[in-house]
Amino acid sequence: MKTNDLILQTVSKVILFLIVLFSLYMFFAGHYHPGGGFVGGLMTSGAIVLMLLAYDIKTVTTILPVDYKKMIAVGLLFAAGTAAGGLLFGVPFLTHAFTYVDLPLLGKTSLHTAVLFDTGVYLVVIGVTMTIIQTIGESE
Amino acid sequence: MSLLHFAIISPLILAIFIPMLHKYFHKIHTGWFLLPLPALLFFYFMSYFPETAHGESITETLPWIPSLGIDFAARIDGLGLLFALLITGIGALVVLYSIFYLSKEKEKLNQFYVYLLLFMGAMLGVVLSDNLIVLYSFWELTSFSSFLLIGYWNHRERSRYGAQKSMLITVFGGLSMLGGILLLYLMTGTFSISEIIGMAGEITGHQFFIPALICFLLGAFTKSAQFPFHIWLPDAMEAPTPVSAYLHSATMVKAGIYLVARLTPVFAVSGLWVWLVAGIGILTLFWGSFSAVKHNDLKGILAYSTISQLGMIMSMLGVGGIALHYGNVEDGFYTVAITAAVFHLINHATFKGSLFMVVGIVDHETGTRDIRKLGGLMTLMPITFTLAAIGAFSMAGLPPFNGFLSKEMFFTGMLRAREIGLFNFETLGFLFPIVAWVASVFTFLYSMILVFKTFTGKYQPEKLEKKPHEAPVGMLIPPVILVSLVVIIGLFPNIIETLIESVMGAILPSLLAEGHEFHVHISHWHGFDSPELWMTAGVIIAGILLYRNLPRWSGIYNRMPERFSLNRFYDTGLEKTQLGAMRFTGLYMNGFIRTYLVYIFTFMIFILGTTMVYKNAFKLDTSNVANIHYFEVVLAAIIAISSITILFSKSRLTSIILLGAVGYTVSLFFVIFRAPDLALTQLVIETVSVALFLLCFYHLPKLGKNEERMGFKLGNLLVSIGVGAIVTLIALSAHSNKEFDSISEYYVENTYKKAGGENMVNVILVDFRGFDTLFEIAVLGIAALGIFAMIKLRMTRGKEQG
Repeated sequence: MKTNDLILQTVSKVILFLIVLFSLYMFFAGHYHPGGGFVGGLMTSGAIVLMLLAYDIKTVTTILPVDYKKMIAVGLLFAAGTAAGGLLFGVPFLTHAFTYVDLPLLGKTSLHTAVLFDTGVYLVVIGVTMTIIQTIGESE
Repeated sequence: MSLLHFAIISPLILAIFIPMLHKYFHKIHTGWFLLPLPALLFFYFMSYFPETAHGESITETLPWIPSLGIDFAARIDGLGLLFALLITGIGALVVLYSIFYLSKEKEKLNQFYVYLLLFMGAMLGVVLSDNLIVLYSFWELTSFSSFLLIGYWNHRERSRYGAQKSMLITVFGGLSMLGGILLLYLMTGTFSISEIIGMAGEITGHQFFIPALICFLLGAFTKSAQFPFHIWLPDAMEAPTPVSAYLHSATMVKAGIYLVARLTPVFAVSGLWVWLVAGIGILTLFWGSFSAVKHNDLKGILAYSTISQLGMIMSMLGVGGIALHYGNVEDGFYTVAITAAVFHLINHATFKGSLFMVVGIVDHETGTRDIRKLGGLMTLMPITFTLAAIGAFSMAGLPPFNGFLSKEMFFTGMLRAREIGLFNFETLGFLFPIVAWVASVFTFLYSMILVFKTFTGKYQPEKLEKKPHEAPVGMLIPPVILVSLVVIIGLFPNIIETLIESVMGAILPSLLAEGHEFHVHISHWHGFDSPELWMTAGVIIAGILLYRNLPRWSGIYNRMPERFSLNRFYDTGLEKTQLGAMRFTGLYMNGFIRTYLVYIFTFMIFILGTTMVYKNAFKLDTSNVANIHYFEVVLAAIIAISSITILFSKSRLTSIILLGAVGYTVSLFFVIFRAPDLALTQLVIETVSVALFLLCFYHLPKLGKNEERMGFKLGNLLVSIGVGAIVTLIALSAHSNKEFDSISEYYVENTYKKAGGENMVNVILVDFRGFDTLFEIAVLGIAALGIFAMIKLRMTRGKEQG
């Protein structure tokens, strides 16, 4: 039976961007306000789940042709790479470095290697959540 | 590494090459490659004789584990040399015998000779090691190689049974000996036997002295088949006859004798040692000779006879140990027992080795060992008969063979035991000569049975599988050599007196003043007034009378209930142990995770509760407690109500929803306790996990899906209340016992200064303690891949089945 999901699909199209935006905000604000890679990642995967609910797995895979298992690997690589990067500069494993720069639009901004580490967390969380949901969803 | 070390391990080295020789020279019987080695070793060890004859000893040390004081110290003195000569001499004869006994085509000769060489090397190691740990290593190697040899015909059920039995018993003894070695090391601080003997007087009163003594005796008694550990020896007769002749008459069973003799200077000052060694020895002597008479199998008779003769040597060593108390009195009044022990040790090796070979010949030529089927072989096998008769008469203690001499000395030793004024020997000592005499009568009896039932009487060709004829000359040479020794030593005992003196010097070193030696003189004739002569005469008369009337009284053997026999005890003991262990395991390992959880939780309650009570750790301190707000009470009430309702809910769906309620309330708690990051995460994670629960619920099988309440079990209730209570108590006590300030001040100060962030939780997660986060995301990754693998693999497996 094919149901008509028009309202859901239309609302999703609008809501989706808000959620993704909010999750990105959470991710970037993590160092100063509540949030961070973990919650950000969960929120982003929440957006994808909403897409899955509104459409179906096939459509979502066409829109987002991502292998989430590879995403886990990439995330782990980010985190481990950032951690190991310190070794190149003769400091202990997982030593972060940060600096403040004046960017044209944003004003005084800090650049922090912890963000790279957090990116790893972010990617792993999305990868894990989506792998689990997709695997279970595809199974009969 | 000296030549002596090389000599000891040369059999082990040759064992490596035996399979190759067997493979590439399969036309030649493998035994021929072996034969030169023991013969060569025999003459090599003979070359030490002039030195040891004067009480000297040669020690060669090869470091093995120097940091632990374990060196491969090889030491040759009189005692070690005697055993080395026995091992190599009889070893050479047995190898020669086995060449003719074992068929080149039918048998796995490579295995046989590898095992035999292993055994020979191990045995040399046992008797020539001065280090107890090295001795122990070789000791166990003898057990293993003996196990392999007994089970050589491993297609036979009885062989496997005998091998297992001997293994269990001798390894039990070996391990307790290891315990004794360690105790001795704790007392003396050294593994060197000669050093320990030097310290003999100092350790007598030590608290470990008696346990060490008992441990060593267990080792010696199991190896030498003393009562009640003798039961493995008759079952070891399933081995090929050369093995029985070598291991179970001349060498391995004497390892225990060697151990007792070697440690006599250390332990014999104790009355317990003397009583145990002499008492168990004489008991074994009697029991072995008594049991030998009832057997119909020739090797069975010889096995019990070996047990009995070993008991005799053991009892002599025990009584002889007394001599250490008396010093150099009256030219060795008490040392005669040691002389007799050493003398009989040599004699027994000669006649018992030859008897086993004779039995092997009879078995080989007639196809049976059952005395009921044999008879009248005297004219068919005259040489074998002569050998058997001389060996058996020597065993019975008849003149002019060497057994007569050692038996006379044995009686002398036992008669003198009465006169010992120590350790209550004056009260119970009279038992020794009596038991010894009775046992000798039985020894005489079974020796006669052995010879006359086999070789005289009616010839019954219809019962035999083969047509009997004289054995090939190669099989006859070894017993002929041994029997000639029996006669030569019997007629001219003085030719080995020097050897005996040097052995006694090694067993009783403290009795010798510097530069002195023992003087042994063995004579045939003691004079009419000596009681030993009349005892021997009595033995012969009583023995002949009993033999004549054998059918009339042998019924007493059937009267002994089989149920109380030691074999039965061993068999049922083994069976019951396995059964009991199985039942016990089945009792608590019932396969239900529920039960195991009860064990785990009960143990947790028990261990934590005991610690709390024992350490008096419970403490309640309210000074450090924050104020309680009404919304905390409300939230706590929600959680409590939801949790309790889960327990009583009938439907699983209700439980899932309530669990979600608990989770969301927890996230509210995070909110009011000011943990926004946790609240956010908890909220999302709770949603995901509730969704997964619902998924599980949806896929429950239709079968047995009836909704029903959780069953009530009092045990579960008690355990869960206990766990809750104990954890609560510990939490309260831990909170009341705060002894240090938190380190969080550091984070508060440095979150911005050093890490450039303002969200302290996140800075700790990615910066201060980023290492944990790294592996937590690894955990997540593993979980995801695990789920993926599980589901995908299940799908492919389904396809294969479909």
